[in-house]
Amino acid sequence: MRVLPRQLDQPLLRPAVEPGVGAHALASPEQQATAPAFSGSTGPEEADSYVERHTMADTAKPKGGGTTRSTGGRRRSRKDSPSNIADEQPKVLLEYYRQMLLIRRFEERTGQAYTQARIGGYCHLNLGEEATIVGLMTALQERDYLFTNYRDHGYAIGKGMSPRSVMAELYGRSTGAAKGWGGSMHMYDTETRMLGGYGIVGGQLPLATGAALAISYRGGDEVVMCQMGDGTTNIGAWHESLNIASLWNLPVIFVVINNYTGMGTPVEASSAEPELYKRGSAFRIEGVRVDGRDVLAVRDAAANLVERARSEQRPFLLEATSYRMKGHSVVDPAKYRTKEQVEEARSNDPITAFEATLEKAGILTEEAKQEIADSVREEVADAAEFAENSPHPEVSTLFDYTYATPVANESRRMPADPVFAE
Amino acid sequence: MAEFSMGQALNRALRDALAADPSVVVYGEDVGPLGGVFRVTDGLTAEFGEDRVFDSPLAESGIVGTAVGMAMYGRRPVVEMQFDAFGYPAFEQVVSHVAKMRNRTRGRVGLPLVIRIPYGGGIGAVEHHGDSSEMYYAHTPGLHVVTPATPADAYSLLREAIEDPDPVVFLEPKRRYWTKAEVDLPVRTEPMDRAVVRRTGTDVTLIAYGPMVDTVLEAAEAAREEGCAAEVVDLRSLSPFDDQTVTASVRRTGRAVVVHEAATFGGYGAEVAARVTEQCFHYLEAPVLRVGGFDIPYPPPELEEYHLPSVDRILGAIDRLQWESEWTAESPAVPGRRSEVGV
Ligand SMILES: Cc1ncc(C[n+]2csc(CCOP(=O)(O)OP(=O)(O)O)c2C)c(N)n1
Ligand SMILES: [Mg+2]
Repeated sequence: MRVLPRQLDQPLLRPAVEPGVGAHALASPEQQATAPAFSGSTGPEEADSYVERHTMADTAKPKGGGTTRSTGGRRRSRKDSPSNIADEQPKVLLEYYRQMLLIRRFEERTGQAYTQARIGGYCHLNLGEEATIVGLMTALQERDYLFTNYRDHGYAIGKGMSPRSVMAELYGRSTGAAKGWGGSMHMYDTETRMLGGYGIVGGQLPLATGAALAISYRGGDEVVMCQMGDGTTNIGAWHESLNIASLWNLPVIFVVINNYTGMGTPVEASSAEPELYKRGSAFRIEGVRVDGRDVLAVRDAAANLVERARSEQRPFLLEATSYRMKGHSVVDPAKYRTKEQVEEARSNDPITAFEATLEKAGILTEEAKQEIADSVREEVADAAEFAENSPHPEVSTLFDYTYATPVANESRRMPADPVFAE
Repeated sequence: MAEFSMGQALNRALRDALAADPSVVVYGEDVGPLGGVFRVTDGLTAEFGEDRVFDSPLAESGIVGTAVGMAMYGRRPVVEMQFDAFGYPAFEQVVSHVAKMRNRTRGRVGLPLVIRIPYGGGIGAVEHHGDSSEMYYAHTPGLHVVTPATPADAYSLLREAIEDPDPVVFLEPKRRYWTKAEVDLPVRTEPMDRAVVRRTGTDVTLIAYGPMVDTVLEAAEAAREEGCAAEVVDLRSLSPFDDQTVTASVRRTGRAVVVHEAATFGGYGAEVAARVTEQCFHYLEAPVLRVGGFDIPYPPPELEEYHLPSVDRILGAIDRLQWESEWTAESPAVPGRRSEVGV
């Protein structure tokens, strides 16, 4: 009764894309300058996006049974990719590819280091989410803000943080983004406007909404992007935040990464409306669903919403479907997944797919591929070495930053523990 | 006799409670087929079916709130908060409804429900995953707050918590989930609201609960080598507090140290120290000391060992109790002079 999985038999819907909104935050400035205005290849005939503002979603629930996700018709195969590679700058495409590969190798290395106990705490990887991340981060301008959940390493890098500072943070070293105090789940960097990974599910939503409120207050033209997982749409903070954002017309994009699972619980067993992009309708927030395996589709959908949020001053909801390649966190063997699901995830690897597309289009030559692989390997190795050789935080840092100013009863000053007397 | 870890003992307690009473239901995030992140509910859905043991959405407030409703209508829900800090979204339900229903309805509606929460540090987790949240609950009248330190108590206290007519916040010391002991299950140990003396001694009473009991026992052993016979009291129930057992012990020894992982300021030790002082004032040879976590957010794994009370820090506190001659105005341990120390 409680766990009543519903099978979704509709194909994934695709976003309506408006032309000319690609912003290439991940590309170099020259690339940005020369990047062509992207013309969305999703013509109106394919654009079955959900744009039902001001009306309630069709609440009829899809019928069906079965406890696992079906593959039949639920997901688009790669050949349906909406993007027209020919319209893109090869240089830009290669940069996307490089970024995706960087995140992949970075996360593989992270998983390894965690298994070797070089990284402590809990550690959630972005494996399988690379196209989504690069697409999303590309759609943001440098001045835009980002909030994410704990699965934040790739986003941090995508937003412009150096792999060194991210890896050092993972290693808990004092050279890390949060001086070793945040760890895997709490990347933070004011400079690149990565306003944090958050370990409490849904914790980032009201905060992101508040940042958008601040922007709206001072009439700024920045936009806030707030990333989360599918499971997160069921916690109170989701409802409160979307309502406030819509009520007060705040420039925030709520991005739901739907990997169809929250830890071990399938989306159908946790969301009464498992088509998550529709869940904004209760708040009159327009929702769009995009295939998260497709970097260009994600970029275009996100860029469109980001620019609309900027100009129209209102929130949007973007759902990116995605596959989690591994368990929930590094320690999760994910035994709850069936063989078929594991195979399905593997066969939906966004990187192999993009690689194949680029190769077929003659953009990714064998030589370029090698070159990119080498440079990425080097960058990751450098980050790991940097982390490895960085100092651990001093014991005295225990007492820093609980308050801005020293407090009279700070533990170090208490007689109970002379070990720490200054 | 067989060997059980605390996690296994808890699992067995849930299984036996589900079998013994058809009104018992178990739910929470990933407690069903996955068996919970600490495997405490492992195998229960398979054995009792999805009607009795099931997954909920990621919605702590909803989980606890619906448990209230279930309990109002004759169920005995046992719900899980995945980690200490994940219980905070449910806090409003706990303090505003769980704790108050019996009183508000003048006894007509009781809530026989249990909220299981893995808590405390020591496993190299991080912020949100190492909190000691006991005082938030213990400070709220209307709740039982219970925490086992041994596999036998884990079993017995959980069974009793489920059978209790009132709501119980059941705090599971996550660093002790894997601690094993020989136990004959099912077992019933001392009643839920009683503290027990884990080790007898004449010189000082060490008071602890949950995750710190083993550490304190270790410290007592080390103290013996230094000629100090420490008595160890395991509180088991934080609310209500067993004044009798604690008072009897401190009146015998004349000295007391309270140990817990939670921040010392406003922590459970403060309540214990106050009660002991009120009831044992004329028996005390020294002030009641507290050894606790520092007043800081939970630190990263690398620094955890400094933050958490260790055998050394407990021995240090015992040292400061042993010699009356040390208790002079110059001693940094004298309250009132603390602002001059180390500033
Ligand atoms: C309030 C709260 N409850 C529970 C958890 C434990 N937890 C961490 S991640 C997670 C699943 C989240 O799933 P989803 O939102 O789909 O994100 P994903 O991990 O799939 O990226 C859970 C239950 C938490 N961190 N915070
Ligand atoms: Mg998910």
